[in-house]
Amino acid sequence: MSVVSTERRGAREVAPLPGSRRWTSSVMVLLSFAVLMILWHIGATFWPSRSFPAPLLVLQKFTSETASGDLPYHLAITLWRVAASFFLAMIIGSVIGVFLGTHRRADQFFNPWLILFLNIPALVIIVLAYIWFGLNEATAIGAVALNKIPNVIVTMREGTRALDGRYAEMARVYRFSAIDRLRHILLPQLQPYIAATSRSGVSLIWKIVLVVELMGRSNGIGFQINLFFQLFDVAAILAYTLAFIAVMLFIELVLVQPLEHTSTRWRRPA
Amino acid sequence: MYWYSPLNTHQRVGVARLKVDIQEKSFRSSNGEAIDVLRDLHFEVEQNEFACILGPSGCGKTTTLRILLGLEGSYDGSVELPGLAEPRVGAVFQEPILLPWCSVEQNVRLALPKRSRGANLDALFRILGLAAMRTFYPGELSLGLARRAAIARALAIEPDILLLDEPFVSLDEATADQLRHLLLSVWSERPTTALMVTHNVQEAIMLSDRIIVFSDRPAHVVGTFDIRVPRHSRNAQVRADLLRSFHAKFSDGGAGP
Repeated sequence: MSVVSTERRGAREVAPLPGSRRWTSSVMVLLSFAVLMILWHIGATFWPSRSFPAPLLVLQKFTSETASGDLPYHLAITLWRVAASFFLAMIIGSVIGVFLGTHRRADQFFNPWLILFLNIPALVIIVLAYIWFGLNEATAIGAVALNKIPNVIVTMREGTRALDGRYAEMARVYRFSAIDRLRHILLPQLQPYIAATSRSGVSLIWKIVLVVELMGRSNGIGFQINLFFQLFDVAAILAYTLAFIAVMLFIELVLVQPLEHTSTRWRRPA
Repeated sequence: MYWYSPLNTHQRVGVARLKVDIQEKSFRSSNGEAIDVLRDLHFEVEQNEFACILGPSGCGKTTTLRILLGLEGSYDGSVELPGLAEPRVGAVFQEPILLPWCSVEQNVRLALPKRSRGANLDALFRILGLAAMRTFYPGELSLGLARRAAIARALAIEPDILLLDEPFVSLDEATADQLRHLLLSVWSERPTTALMVTHNVQEAIMLSDRIIVFSDRPAHVVGTFDIRVPRHSRNAQVRADLLRSFHAKFSDGGAGP
């Protein structure tokens, strides 16, 4: 519950900024990043070391890796794995979460399993998955999803418990079809919970994807970072990491936030 | 044929007669005790009749309506609309229960059967004074307007039977009165079998053809009160007379509304 309320408060802070304040806030963001870059540059100039490259060196690495096609290729592979395991976890976790939220007996029975899975370290799941199901793409994506599913279940179960039964009764009296019930009764009520678990999901999943790639795949950002670790190429490690963070921020800005804005517009009377 | 008929189903109008025979309905309270809510409840509503259920609060009026709506699982007895296999039920609940994430118009259209989602609802919205609010979200409406939207939803499906659960409760008197007149004028243009739950005797006398008086819990029918005066001639004097004779009939009947 607390996750959701902070989520909403956060969304509201971003949304209704008037023009001038939004402008100053984006200037603030740029300024903040610029200062960080300058500090980094100063640090790297005063303590030159192979393991602490200056920002310009990282940028050079980034352009050369991009030009060779390596970075876009590995980035795309990792993005695909993030997307696949994200949707897999969201769909499976939501279905189970809604089921447990509506069936008290089943919830009581499966709750200990849920607690067990919530507490298994990601690394253990990955290692066991690779041992049992082999070093392949499906195992990699499945292992990542399996790490996220328990979180999704817990959040969606909470959301299902908070459903307002009056809407379901109204839908019954007016004979809503199953599709309409899903689209107009269930999903809108679960929307804040879906948003909360998606947010935390994307950031969790991409970190786990890197581990999966490092341990059992021959491509992707995680694999590359492992390679550069062997070569002690810190500039390349930073170039790949920053590139991926930039992509994730871009997705958040152009996809997640506008989508959330549209789906919650009824909460902001015109 | 009718002044508004988005679904073109006027041939079905007025075939419903409601027959209620409930032997028993009880709830189990949280400490395991059985609470009798309804016992030997029998009444009928003639076709195209507007009937009101009147009774003390907590006597089981809403439970009766919920049984009619198919929202109560287990009870002894039967509820039928003879001659109708799949009756369309228009319901107005105590609260409007509009989906807050859908506009007023979407809320009304979602209640329509799939094949008539595109029906022309202009007349309905105009009559109910909602023409300018079609794109509004329920959160932007006053309670009075939200109630109108809920009534619009119930009427849009051209119900075989209209069930209303205190639809004017917690409105200020002026708005409530305005809405009562509105409901009455819409209903008179296209009568349908209607059953309304209320605890307001004046309201019941103004709107209905017949008042069904419930006893305290467990509820049964204490008696019925036929109102033979046409609605348009129920002026203040006639209403006062009706009210007096209603109280004379039920003052010792245990109904005490």
